[in-house]
Amino acid sequence: MTEVLVYVDHVDGAVRKPTLELLALARRLGDPVALALGSGAQDTAVALAEHGAVRVLVADAPEFADYLVVPKVDALRAAYERVSPAAVLMLSSGEGNEIAARLALRIGSGIVTGAIDVRPGDDGLVATQSAFAAAFTLTSRVTKGAPVITVKPNSAAAEAAPAAGAVEPLAVTFGESATGTRVTARTARESTGRPELTEAAIVVSGGRGVGDAGNFHIVEALADSLGAAVGASRAAVDAGWYPHSHQVGQTGKSVSPQLYIANGISGAIQHRAGMRTSKTIVAVNKDPDAPIFDLADFGVVGDLFQVIPQLTEEINARKG
Amino acid sequence: MSFRLVVTVKYVPDAAADRRFADDLTVDRDDADGLLSELDEYAVEQALRIAESRGQNGDDAEITVVTVGPRDAEDALRKALAMGADRAIHVEDEALHGTDVIGTSLVLAKAIETAGYDLVVSGMAATDGAMGVVPALLAERLRVPQMTLLSEISVEDGTVRGRRDGDTASEWLESSLPAVASVTDQSGEVRYPSFKGIMAAKKKPVESWGLSDLGIDADAVGLSGAWTTVDSAAERPVRSAGTVVEDGGVGGKRLAEFLASRKFI
Repeated sequence: MTEVLVYVDHVDGAVRKPTLELLALARRLGDPVALALGSGAQDTAVALAEHGAVRVLVADAPEFADYLVVPKVDALRAAYERVSPAAVLMLSSGEGNEIAARLALRIGSGIVTGAIDVRPGDDGLVATQSAFAAAFTLTSRVTKGAPVITVKPNSAAAEAAPAAGAVEPLAVTFGESATGTRVTARTARESTGRPELTEAAIVVSGGRGVGDAGNFHIVEALADSLGAAVGASRAAVDAGWYPHSHQVGQTGKSVSPQLYIANGISGAIQHRAGMRTSKTIVAVNKDPDAPIFDLADFGVVGDLFQVIPQLTEEINARKG
Repeated sequence: MSFRLVVTVKYVPDAAADRRFADDLTVDRDDADGLLSELDEYAVEQALRIAESRGQNGDDAEITVVTVGPRDAEDALRKALAMGADRAIHVEDEALHGTDVIGTSLVLAKAIETAGYDLVVSGMAATDGAMGVVPALLAERLRVPQMTLLSEISVEDGTVRGRRDGDTASEWLESSLPAVASVTDQSGEVRYPSFKGIMAAKKKPVESWGLSDLGIDADAVGLSGAWTTVDSAAERPVRSAGTVVEDGGVGGKRLAEFLASRKFI
């Protein structure tokens, strides 16, 4: 059986949900072999085995935390040479795409980023992507080398599929360029207690119509009633009402949740690029001509300060 | 010798207009209105600020903008010149049509090396392909430090510093020169070209370089040299029109009913 190398995203040993989704995708293509790096790498093995990893390669060294990106590329290359996989899958994120690209160049492979599906085809793996603010759906193939493909969160459902998950230490030799970019300080993002935006099944977003930073608590209360993540449009972020780490859109984060609720967001192309692939879209806006209504499965034309609290109250009441 | 900044820019179809794929499934660049990728304006802006901060110390700096693309791509260079860049290089060659990201990084790396550089500044991604990998590939090819996705950047005493905001943490980074940097849309507001800048840009030189000037074999680029291929591009079906209701006092309740019908509550 062919093996598929999956790069593991984890925080001190806690595996992030998109990696479990990658394992489910990888199982359709072959036997998943996971690579976990850095502090806590060993601790990922149980979760990875439960989700289908037949082998778990682990490596820890100070370089992974102390220098940017390149040490991880060195490790991925070592894993690639050990496993000779049919493909390499990893999360499509700022860092994920950078690591994947440098690996692809080194091993002489083509790269596809931001895939929303990967399937076996007659001429190798076929990746599905969204293009032009998700107005188009593309299918792409890598024609040289073992495909290196980065996949967006929520592209597959995580599945329990117990496998051996045998832990193997991986020896990594760091090249000269590994220590080129030093990380001099790091601040973990403060936890809001809400799900991470790109991983969340439900996202509740606020835009220009929210009118003020102080009003965002209405959006947050709705999010909390649904166990959702909070997003913001570029207009709201540029106005300083909500942090950039929550921006949904072309220059922020791309989300594809089961449910997206847009509040006071007109639906400019920039925003649509980041949320158009959401499965169900709901919009509240006082402007009946707002382009967001063209995407919405259900829309309410009205004052969000009336509609949202009523909705939140109704949800909380139904939850009893 | 002056401090050499090279800014990579891309000419892209206007996101506000109709963007399409051509028959060969490459991005249609003929029928669409194009412009300088919005995210590259942040790179030009940061290069200008770095050059200006050196100028205060009496050092001079030269900003060269480089692009790879068809004839119209010169518009992107002109915009960067109007903002204040000094010199422009347009890598233009028929063989480049359909070049993928691996090939683009090869051409840019050769052009940057040929132009000479202390610091390369790029945007975080192009607004058409949106892969965001060219700066990392340039660092790999040029064998210099990668200082990418920065929301703040500064250069002092031969050291580049910056802040990178990732999914789970913010990191403060440092590298020596030469280096490749990329900046996000959080790096600082972009200036508008002044009338004087626009007039001056008309007199600034745009050099045209071909693949042979860079010693690149035509087989290494273009559709035939690409390491990936697009097999199909389908317009996403228009979503069937959803239900839109006027609030009328019970909008929140009707929304709740809809969410319950879809099993979200």
